[in-house]
Amino acid sequence: MLSIKNLQAQIEDKQILKGLNLEVKPGEIHAIMGPNGAGKSTLASVLSGREEYEVTGGSVEFDGKDILELDPHERAGEGLFLAFQYPVEIPGVSTTNFMKAAVNEVRKYRGQEELTAVDFLKMMKEKMKTVDMPQDLINRSLNEGFSGGEKKRNEIFQMAMLEPKLCVLDETDSGLDIDALRIVANGVNQYKSKDNAFIVITHYQRLLDYIVPDFVHVLHDGKIVKSGTKELALELEEKGYDWIKEEVAQ
Amino acid sequence: MKEAEEKELLEEVTGSEYKYGFTSDIEEDRAPNGLNEDIIRFISAKKEEPEWLLEWRLKAYRHWLTLEEPEWANVTYPKVDFQALCYYAAPKKQKEVKSLDEIDPELLKTFEKLGIPLNEQKRLSGVPVAVDAVIDSVSVATTFKETLAEKGIIFCSMSEAIKDHPELVRQYLGKVVPVADNYYAALNSAVFSDGSFCYIPKGVRCPMELSTYFRINAANTGQFERTLIVADESSYVSYLEGCTAPQRDENQLHAAVVEILAMENAEVKYSTVQNWYPGDSEGKGGIYNFVTKRGICAGDNSKISWTQVETGSAVTWKYPSCILKGDNSVGEFYSVAVTNNHQQADTGTKMIHIGKNTKSRIVSKGISAGVSQNSYRGEVKVMKGATNAKNFSQCDSLLMGDKCGAHTFPYINVENSTGQVEHEATTSKIGEDQLFYCNQRGIDTERAVELIVNGFSKEVLNQLPMEFAVEAQKLLAISLEGSVG
Repeated sequence: MLSIKNLQAQIEDKQILKGLNLEVKPGEIHAIMGPNGAGKSTLASVLSGREEYEVTGGSVEFDGKDILELDPHERAGEGLFLAFQYPVEIPGVSTTNFMKAAVNEVRKYRGQEELTAVDFLKMMKEKMKTVDMPQDLINRSLNEGFSGGEKKRNEIFQMAMLEPKLCVLDETDSGLDIDALRIVANGVNQYKSKDNAFIVITHYQRLLDYIVPDFVHVLHDGKIVKSGTKELALELEEKGYDWIKEEVAQ
Repeated sequence: MKEAEEKELLEEVTGSEYKYGFTSDIEEDRAPNGLNEDIIRFISAKKEEPEWLLEWRLKAYRHWLTLEEPEWANVTYPKVDFQALCYYAAPKKQKEVKSLDEIDPELLKTFEKLGIPLNEQKRLSGVPVAVDAVIDSVSVATTFKETLAEKGIIFCSMSEAIKDHPELVRQYLGKVVPVADNYYAALNSAVFSDGSFCYIPKGVRCPMELSTYFRINAANTGQFERTLIVADESSYVSYLEGCTAPQRDENQLHAAVVEILAMENAEVKYSTVQNWYPGDSEGKGGIYNFVTKRGICAGDNSKISWTQVETGSAVTWKYPSCILKGDNSVGEFYSVAVTNNHQQADTGTKMIHIGKNTKSRIVSKGISAGVSQNSYRGEVKVMKGATNAKNFSQCDSLLMGDKCGAHTFPYINVENSTGQVEHEATTSKIGEDQLFYCNQRGIDTERAVELIVNGFSKEVLNQLPMEFAVEAQKLLAISLEGSVG
């Protein structure tokens, strides 16, 4: 599904990704862990097409397409979803209206008919259940005055609405208490299927208790330096990242 | 919004030119260029006006000669050469028009292209709206007149009102905006050609939206229309005006006057969707929109509410105001002003509190893009006798890009210590973060700008009658095309 080869990227002349390789197949959950500044969020930004990041080498194929050639909204249309670490607020635009625009734009891109108002509302009701999204939150301006937990729930709700193939969760656990974390993880687990895949970027092992990864990769200095299974995450939790840095240095 | 409407909206947004820029080939009857007493006599004679009105015009003209063009607004433009303008242009009448069927088909086509149905069977978005269509200097058609007449409502062109209801016109014309009020109002009083007149009798709630549609067609003309709305005791009317003009390289002057009188317990809602030609992206051409709009809440418990969506014109100078004379009267001003490319807008309101317990509310949303300048100028004045007057003002500015300007000039003048005046202001930029967030959800940048701008303007758009809110949303989107990315 996703094939990243020797990816190199920089922001304002500072090289962040220095030859990253990653293969993701349908049905898989990959966790990307690593110390601050390793390039975790840069990876999310480059995949989703943030303009400030310049790709200086390597390739990213998504379902056989070179997505680096596509605009951000086209990547979304292709089925790439990013759950933001810091979701933005849009005053005066309700989550409902925002989602209606998004769902129909994505459907249009995929050559599907736009949803009727009735079908849209039906779909929304259904997906709201998966993350316990209350109606009043949906009616309010997008993310405006939402708590940290509500914002992250809204991200997962949007993910469920847009039905992406590949979901990148960028530190979705940051700032969440245990209850909020459970709700978010529950939403992810309900959406997960053999046809879609997840890249879960996180600093802590905690989230992986709820969203169980098939693979865990350690990102350090712009490269994946170690890969393993979920046990690796537990080891990192216990020992920190220093031993990996040392291992790499040798 | 309905799906179909949204889809349509989207399609509209992809075509980026000023779509009302066409000219119609209509035979014109026009005055020689220039301004002097003879021209004023010519206009008055063309319109077969009574002597008192000619005198009124001449008085205004003589006063105008003593005035200087105002320069306090935050706009710069080459001065208008008033002698180079034509002050009267009208589609040539072949014969007296008795019904809509007899109107020049070219004219009907023009309004059809603009989406304004002059055929009473065709209704705007399925809702009946009475329309007075004004092209260049004259009103060409007013629809639903009979239906309205059954309720005693008078809705006709100003020229007709002068002929058919001279006593009403004479009683109220110039009562809210006197001839000597300001430079452009004096000019308008001297040369006004047509406009709409509306009278709602006591206790009548107008059963449909009334609307005037202004169109400048002829070249090198000024358009000076005059609108007068009188809402008698306990009546209600909602009124809408729209305007467009062809794309021409030279600037054209539009100097209108609108007067509103609301008697005891009456309510008038006046909405404007202003879409005069703004000039091209280099700042060439466009309308100078120098307009005086003022309403008086003459009776107790009356209310006047102005809502404006300003997207057009090269230069705008416009302050729809309320004089709150009656006790407990209410004045409102809701405005969205968009400027793009080289447009300049200096717009706002004045709320003059005279009566006791009077209330006013100002919500102004300015959106600037390109190299445009967008200024809010507002005055809240609480007079000595205005016990317990209350005002709330909110002025928000949204900037797109870093070459445009947003300015706020609030003036507050409180002479009664029980007065309560609140002013809030914010300035924000459409952020890259917001746009990227929308992009990541599959929404392209143009559509994202539209969403964000409509969200920003929501409080004002909500004030518009439903069928016009849709049009206004489209307009906002079209006006801002190409301003990001």
